[in-house]
Amino acid sequence: MSDAFIYDAIRTPRGRGRPDGALHEATALHVSAGVLDALAARNGIEGPVLEDVIWGTVTQIGEQGGCIARTAVLASSLDETIPGLSINRFCGSGLEAVGLAAAQVRGSGGAYIAGGVEMMGRVAMSSDGAAIAVDPTVAMETHFVPQGIAADLIATEYGFTRQDVDALAVESQHRAARAWAEGRFARSVVPVRDVNGLVLLDHDEHIRAGTDMAALARLEPSFKAMGEVMPGFDRVALLRYPQHERIEHVHHAGNSSGIVDGASGVLVADREWGQARGLRPRARIRASAKIGTEPTIMLTGPVAVTEKVLAQAGMTIADIDLFEVNEAFAAVVLRFMQAFGVSADKVNVNGGAIAMGHPLGATGAMLIGTVLDELERTGQGTGLVTLCVASGMGVAMIVERV
Amino acid sequence: MADFTMKTGADGVAVITWDVADRSMNVMSMAGFAELDALVAQALADDGVKGVVITSGKDTFAGGMDLNVLAAMRDEAGDDPARGLFDGIMGMHAVLRRIERAGMDPKTLKGGKPVAAALPGTALGIGLELPLACHRIFAADNPRAKIGFPEINVGIFPGGGGTTRVSRKLGLMASAPFLLEGKLRSPVDAQRAGLIDEVVAPDALLDAARAWVLAAGGDDIVKPWDRKGFRFPGGAPYHPAGYMTFVGASAMVAGQTWNAYPAPRALLSAIYEGAQVDFDTALRIEARWFTHILLNPSSSAMIRTLFLDKEALEKGANRPDQPSQKVARLGVIGAGMMGAGIANVAAQAGIDVVLLDATDEQAARGRAHAQSDMEKAVKRGRMTADARNAALARITATTDFAALAGVDLVVEAVFEDPQVKAEVTRKAMAHVGPDCVFASNTSTLPIGELAQASDRPEDFIGIHFFSPVERMALVEIIRGAQTGPRAVARALDFARQIRKTPIVVNDARFFYANRCIIPYLNEGMRMLGEGVAPALIENAARMLGFPLGPLQLIDETSLELGLRIAAATKAALGDAYADAPVDAVLQAMAAGGRLGRKAGAGFYAYSDRGDRQGLWPGLAQMFPQADTQPDLVTVQHRLMFAQVLEAVRALESGVLGDIREGDVGAILGWGFAPWSGGPFSWLDMLGAPYAEARADELAESCGPRFAPPALLREMAASGQSFHARFAARAAA
Repeated sequence: MSDAFIYDAIRTPRGRGRPDGALHEATALHVSAGVLDALAARNGIEGPVLEDVIWGTVTQIGEQGGCIARTAVLASSLDETIPGLSINRFCGSGLEAVGLAAAQVRGSGGAYIAGGVEMMGRVAMSSDGAAIAVDPTVAMETHFVPQGIAADLIATEYGFTRQDVDALAVESQHRAARAWAEGRFARSVVPVRDVNGLVLLDHDEHIRAGTDMAALARLEPSFKAMGEVMPGFDRVALLRYPQHERIEHVHHAGNSSGIVDGASGVLVADREWGQARGLRPRARIRASAKIGTEPTIMLTGPVAVTEKVLAQAGMTIADIDLFEVNEAFAAVVLRFMQAFGVSADKVNVNGGAIAMGHPLGATGAMLIGTVLDELERTGQGTGLVTLCVASGMGVAMIVERV
Repeated sequence: MADFTMKTGADGVAVITWDVADRSMNVMSMAGFAELDALVAQALADDGVKGVVITSGKDTFAGGMDLNVLAAMRDEAGDDPARGLFDGIMGMHAVLRRIERAGMDPKTLKGGKPVAAALPGTALGIGLELPLACHRIFAADNPRAKIGFPEINVGIFPGGGGTTRVSRKLGLMASAPFLLEGKLRSPVDAQRAGLIDEVVAPDALLDAARAWVLAAGGDDIVKPWDRKGFRFPGGAPYHPAGYMTFVGASAMVAGQTWNAYPAPRALLSAIYEGAQVDFDTALRIEARWFTHILLNPSSSAMIRTLFLDKEALEKGANRPDQPSQKVARLGVIGAGMMGAGIANVAAQAGIDVVLLDATDEQAARGRAHAQSDMEKAVKRGRMTADARNAALARITATTDFAALAGVDLVVEAVFEDPQVKAEVTRKAMAHVGPDCVFASNTSTLPIGELAQASDRPEDFIGIHFFSPVERMALVEIIRGAQTGPRAVARALDFARQIRKTPIVVNDARFFYANRCIIPYLNEGMRMLGEGVAPALIENAARMLGFPLGPLQLIDETSLELGLRIAAATKAALGDAYADAPVDAVLQAMAAGGRLGRKAGAGFYAYSDRGDRQGLWPGLAQMFPQADTQPDLVTVQHRLMFAQVLEAVRALESGVLGDIREGDVGAILGWGFAPWSGGPFSWLDMLGAPYAEARADELAESCGPRFAPPALLREMAASGQSFHARFAARAAA
């Protein structure tokens, strides 16, 4: 059995997911093909040399539907013999794509591009529908609540105050701004260009560098109305967590992940494939795992899946040098650090989705590049990437430099 | 005699009249369906018939389905009840669908005959589902008529096409009050809501329907859902607008019902799944979910308790064989909240009332309470100004006991003190006639002891009202050892006059209701004292369907009452008293002046205006929470078993003579988990062997108060169910 290696990992800059965002005019297909072209150009990929392109996209409807993975291959410079696979594990899709590629490399070798795209300003989140939210047989049985309520439930259950979540958000902004100022993302960020080669976006435009506690304190909680008034999701959450009298609504636009447009891609292959092309692997994929967790609180998967992936790799939490825990909501990251007693100095050291945004299906693969860049910059060896996933799931991957 | 008859007029309109013999209101049976189907087929085949009007021979249209029909369908299907129910329900759909299609070609939608429904009055359940299958619904402008679907209140949902038709007619949001909440509307309001089409003067009802039938064109008789391009109003589940509505619906239903009932969930599934397919498929889906809910033990138990048994008790199932004891003139002593409420409901039921208190001011205040309640009813259109004036004129407020001369019944509602009660009893007895029955509205004092103040103990009885009198449906009638059958009959006839559901129990400490409620409250306080999170205690109760958690209920009734009851119980039981942990909680709260809602402070915090703010944060210091919390089911079982074991003891000791009264009384009296059908229905659902084992476990872990009574052990050993064993006795 061959090991699975990462040869390259790139991402687009993240555009604000609104009509005034710089990527709003770009199609999901164009952005996806751009990532494939960039990976091909950077690594000399020509001809029928990839087994598959695995693309994570959450909202697979409209331009992101119809197996955009295959369409993106056709729209790119890649050979038409390379197929495409669109997958959806919600926010874990991008990382799952890399995990699937790695598992197949381990099983039968070859090379894959794995990543994802999500143009949230163009294809609205949830517009593809979801039985878990509307079908009473599951919505009522599993106590479905939207993610914001779930995040507030985490804060309620584990005792995080508004102060706690806001402080994490301020730190995320600060770290992301510093990382950009010092060029720490230079290796992985590939600008998005128009059909004529003009740059549409070359930096993350969601960051608010000057954010401070006072500014965040002015924001109203985002999920209070839907929780307490219409339609009253708090009661649904309390039916599952009856030890609480109420849900503390602490999350708002400033301490939740930003809605953005973006895409990412990772080149995963076995050692022979790289050697034949004179490519040096950047890291080995040590282990990857996914898990299902209690769906109402929904977003506590990173804890359970990290325990699982560590056990699988025969490692302990102390063996990990750097963590990327997707900042879907501040409480998710706080819960991760609380559960493992991990220092904030090792977690999301260059900021996260609260500052830079979370293009759902693309984020997982983006974080692979982020952690690799930082491991290389600081000369450390092992990184763990994990994301919380809707409907009560978690995904994680451990990578180590070679 | 046939339920349905048909007569075709010279104008070519066939009028089908529904008139079930020996019933005050029409109810639908399987035979009725077959008759209706045959008559409709005959009218459609007859070239001389231009169209059909379906109406009623009574002043109401129909009260609904004969619920025994559903039970029969299930039972007759033997070992495949799902098949029996599903096929039977599909048979009903087929009849209604033939009316709706009315002979038209399903492809071209041409060739059908118009069918109108003409409702002279109340139309409930299938009595509305049948009109909904017609092409136009006319209703007489009869403000007393009620139109809607009460099904959800007895644990089922409209399963004769009502769910599918109303949701397609009004959309999910607008149909929710009718389908999910069981709201009944007057014809005018039903028309405004889009449920029916026209409201006409009562004497013009048939003419209006006939005229419409004669004028109706081919387009008028095609339902929107039978046309190409039908769109679900407000959007189907995966339409952008509909999606948000459906997401919200599950949450709202879960929240409002605390997810305690199976029927709203099944109903919502029928709508959700039905909205995604064509109409006939949707009916099939509705039938599957309706079958599913009929097979759920909760629906059988709710139908039995809240419909069949409740009605039986209201009709005097346990009334002694006595001539009519209707009350024409009532005396109420004590014009406080209870007395004023009793006077109010009696006056509104057409009874003359002498409302007596110690001072003119107090008596007048009691009458003013009735007046303000009636004003509210007038304002909301539930009472006419004339009716208000008449009812108010029936109440005489006085301080003079001599005014009690000529009353048929006295209800005493003075302070809960034997001395005070004895004194008013003596004073009243001095003025009333030899035929008068004297009742005490005590909630805790033994009737036998109170009766000693009367020289006619056979005419002394307890009538325990619940607060607020106007809203609470139950009265608990307490028969003292010497109470005679005439007094019982009079109390029952009075209950019927004021439209309350009565139970009759024998005289013992706390009678039946309070006997069971007190352990519920105490168990809540015990858990709090043990360090169980107060929110868990309260939520666990709400999730069982109790309207109030135990701590909130104590706040409402006041901790002083709790302390008084504790003191009295301790005095009565001596060394056997086992509620010291409860007293400790009560005393700690009382020491801090937290005596409940009236004191503005209790287990909950209250604003200056008296609004409940949430659990008092200080509880965390007073009763520190344990690190390990019990699971939800354990908390719920403690709350449930504390009550149901007491109900079994009440049955065992003869306080309860009829388990129907135990079940009905528990739900109507203190809101006992309505989905369960009551304490005995719940025990039957669990099965006596499990209930016994669980009670033993609880006795082991929580204390001997959970030890199974001998009756429960006996039933566990013999594998009997309460309803199987005691129903026979009640009927005998």
